[in-house]
Amino acid sequence: MWSFEKLTEWIDTSLRSCMSADGALLVEFVLIGIAILVGYALLALFLIYAERKICAFFQCRLGPNRVGKWGIFQSVADMIKILLKELIQINKSDKMLFRLASFFVIIGSVCTFGAIPFAKGLQAIDFNVGVFYILAISSLGVVGILLAGWSSNSKYSMIGAMRSGAQLISYEISAGLSLMVIVVYSGTMQLSEIVAQQADGWFIFKGHVPAFIAFVTYLIAGHAETNRGPFDMAEAESELTAGYHTEYSGIQFGFFYLAEYLNLFIIAAVASTMFLGGWQPLHIPGWDGFNHVMDYIPSFLWFFVKTCFCMFMAMWVRWSFPRLRIDQLLGLEWKILMPICLINLILMSVVVIL
Amino acid sequence: MKVLNYIKNIFVGLWHLCQGMYVTMLNFCRPKVTLQYPENRGTREYGERFRALLTMPHDADNHHKCIACGMCMNSCPNGTITVVSKMETDTVTGKPKKVLDKHLYNLGSCIFCGLCTSACPTGAIRFSNEFEHSVFTKDRLLLQLNRPGSSLAPKPAPNTQTAKQDVGKPVENVATKTV
Ligand code: SF4
Ligand code: SF4
Repeated sequence: MWSFEKLTEWIDTSLRSCMSADGALLVEFVLIGIAILVGYALLALFLIYAERKICAFFQCRLGPNRVGKWGIFQSVADMIKILLKELIQINKSDKMLFRLASFFVIIGSVCTFGAIPFAKGLQAIDFNVGVFYILAISSLGVVGILLAGWSSNSKYSMIGAMRSGAQLISYEISAGLSLMVIVVYSGTMQLSEIVAQQADGWFIFKGHVPAFIAFVTYLIAGHAETNRGPFDMAEAESELTAGYHTEYSGIQFGFFYLAEYLNLFIIAAVASTMFLGGWQPLHIPGWDGFNHVMDYIPSFLWFFVKTCFCMFMAMWVRWSFPRLRIDQLLGLEWKILMPICLINLILMSVVVIL
Repeated sequence: MKVLNYIKNIFVGLWHLCQGMYVTMLNFCRPKVTLQYPENRGTREYGERFRALLTMPHDADNHHKCIACGMCMNSCPNGTITVVSKMETDTVTGKPKKVLDKHLYNLGSCIFCGLCTSACPTGAIRFSNEFEHSVFTKDRLLLQLNRPGSSLAPKPAPNTQTAKQDVGKPVENVATKTV
């Protein structure tokens, strides 16, 4: 299977041949930063378009269909529009925190984005505590949300932020525990190692029942973490206009919007990395011919197809179910999801010991 | 028992969620109902009671059925219609007679309630399906419904009779006239 390592190594050697080692490292950092930001923006455009189309299809509509064929340039047009919008100053808001909040949210999500293994040899940061890093840095977003609510000088924003804080902190427990199941099974926290271990069968098939339960609970908890669908208490546009980003305008609002969609992508990407084998092709032990054919499909395609599958599930759920009340939401987490995750973790430990 | 109930509830809940997702998936695969307007121009049929533009049908000899009674003007809730009449000498009887001069209709203030068509005793005005009303200036919305040089149809006796009988039954009246 073709590896992106060849490309990155070629860039590395050709840079080193024309400058000092430190200079090459610096240029590489800048290149990676640009690549991640561009990928982030392009994915966001794609996701916004996909969400609008899929939402429309679930409601028996056609969705955007005017800008370009099938409206594919709709989100580009929206992006240009949002860049040209005025940034409105809010009276008596805490200006510093108000501006900082949107950056917190987007930095949290960009940093998580960088740790995802997109294809064979295409991963920006590969810590030996990768899972821990993802869980830790993605919860930076909640700080941004709380800051946004606090600094906006608006009751709607405040209530939205408080709800969001309660919700994110609760659901992170379930998400973390679900990922722990895979960490226990694979014995490592390094994402590249986890992906490598799934070469002869994805964890969702290899990991017996607990892995499947963990997959489902992770999807639910992750979905709640992205503040979408039946869990969009923080926004709750029928009650709170837009929740924590009510007072934001222009590109600051755009940051929240982008981060929301990219968090959806990140959750789906982590789910497919941890449970569905990341960029590993579908291998069935014993079927050598089949495995060989599967190897010809490029690794990033495998990754994106799996991620799109998870994202489609999330959108499907979002457009199917009514919004939960805040007490129902927290009840679901503390009374149902977390006990299941804990029991599941014990079950997985038993499986591993046997 | 309580624990059993708790576990049972989880599975029942999951089953119900799956049912909900099944229903939305059916919707996802169903043909879409969106009508694409400029594309379906000319091919799309609108209902015959659709009220878009008030018109006064004229026959081949440039005759209309308006007797300048002013009922439409009086029934209009917001003064959209102005019936301007003039006196003429009847060629048959030699007596003076009120005939229509101008039937003025302000499209800009019409709310398309249809009261004028149901009030008209002769069925001289009816709604057509032409809904593309946008123009650049407001005075282009001031329309004159009777054509220049048109006159009352010479005694369409049976037609007038039936229309007069219908006055008491406004609902049917609308239906027959807007056909
Ligand atoms: S439809 Fe209603 S508003 Fe329009 S002209 Fe007739 S009576 Fe007046
Ligand atoms: S259109 Fe009908 S109601 Fe109006 S003036 Fe003429 S005959 Fe009378």
